Amino acid sequence: MGNAHDLLVVGAGPAGMAAAWRAAQNGLRVCVVDDNPAAGGQIWRGGPPEAQVWFERIRSVDVEVINGARVFQQLRPGTLLAETTSGVGELSYKSLVLATGARERFLPFPGWTLPNVMGAGGLQALVKTGLPIEGKRVVVAGSGPLLLAVAAYLRGHGANVLLIAEQAPAFRLARFGAGLILPPGKLSQGWKLKRDFSRKGAKAQSKPRFLSSCWVSEAHGTEKLESVTLVRGAKRWQVSCDYLACGFHLIPNVELAELLGCDTEFGHVKVNAFQQTTVANVYSAGETTGIGGLELSLVEGEIAGLAAAGKHDAARELFPVRVRQRKFADLLNRTFALRDELKYLSTPETIVCRCEDVTLERLQGHTSWRAAKLQTRCGMGPCQGRVCGGAVEFLFGWRATSVRPPMLPVRISSLIRK
Amino acid sequence: MSDFVTLVINGIAVEMPAGSMVSAAILKTGTYAFRRSVTGEPRGPLCGMGICFECRVTIDGEQHCRSCQTVCRNGMDVRTDG
Repeated sequence: MGNAHDLLVVGAGPAGMAAAWRAAQNGLRVCVVDDNPAAGGQIWRGGPPEAQVWFERIRSVDVEVINGARVFQQLRPGTLLAETTSGVGELSYKSLVLATGARERFLPFPGWTLPNVMGAGGLQALVKTGLPIEGKRVVVAGSGPLLLAVAAYLRGHGANVLLIAEQAPAFRLARFGAGLILPPGKLSQGWKLKRDFSRKGAKAQSKPRFLSSCWVSEAHGTEKLESVTLVRGAKRWQVSCDYLACGFHLIPNVELAELLGCDTEFGHVKVNAFQQTTVANVYSAGETTGIGGLELSLVEGEIAGLAAAGKHDAARELFPVRVRQRKFADLLNRTFALRDELKYLSTPETIVCRCEDVTLERLQGHTSWRAAKLQTRCGMGPCQGRVCGGAVEFLFGWRATSVRPPMLPVRISSLIRK
Repeated sequence: MSDFVTLVINGIAVEMPAGSMVSAAILKTGTYAFRRSVTGEPRGPLCGMGICFECRVTIDGEQHCRSCQTVCRNGMDVRTDG
């Protein structure tokens, strides 16, 4: 940390790596900063083989990568503050790329706060970072292509994946399957897994059922998860399990962009053709600008990096790739649109805000996120609404507003400036 | 560098592959409640990526460390509060 970089990239996932590579290739002094202990973002956590070409590209150029640093505040325009385990540092830049990715959307239902109820990506991340899953009974539920990828990963590591419950209806999924002939992307691989899972003749004990129009209505247990209740049409049944991996597709991480004054629309950062936000010299790429998967993130990152380096003609050459991937993204988001039934899973006593233990009944009757916050402390705990924000948006149509520094809990010493 | 590290979780030594996260090590010991919520409910990891803060534990005396974002180190002293 220290002197001003030509380009600062926040987020070392696919979009951030692509932006950094393109910008450094074109002569910019680039720094990438990321909250996680290692580069790769969520999808490339642990550096899988398919990501090696990109890790190699980053190594081939002169890019400074700072891991384990969380950006929490803008000190002044052109300078961000980041906290590490050893202290706090200033990150100054001429141009900025926000590639802050996405998180899973979580929806409340009775029992969802029990230990061993996790996000789908959440459980996968834990297994990738050392949790033994062999022989454990897992129900994978929620929505989105991530469910299949997670189920395949867990099964590959010896988990007994009992069931994949996808809330989207079969006819939408069929259209999505057909749409996969459009993009030759990595995401489609997850979808091929569905066919593998569904195919008869696979080993009985390791063949998880994939059910569309199916969801978890309740998790049971006292001190930890013991079983879940599943719903499909008029049918309702209980399944004993060790883990529930449950996420409802993804939502963009727009908090830093909002803090810097970038406009958002439909929950993602608004950008122009060159991935530039509404703030001068600030670009954004990847899931932050709308959920679209790996290939779209990469091409957006490349465009942002090239544009930041002033190589607009080269950036323009990539526009057709982005158009194609955006079509796929639109299909993706239509396919996994959430059904209304999911709004009515919670009872009055179900906790919605896990940080402050705010129940559904305490939120009902308020007219806005702001009013609910003031009266109930919903969204005011350590996660700053990152978990319940996606839920209340779906349940009540409230959008979180006014991101304020610090964006995350930081040490008092990090806030004291000499 | 060894391929394994040994850390201490609630007084019990646990061996983990190098590069593992503290959250995974805690679950491996059979501890699922990492902390208690403001109303006393048991809680464990949710997001696995540093967003939700449900996996907070005390590491080497420092409270509120996100165990899912902390890599295991030899001799680390981890305390859960569940």
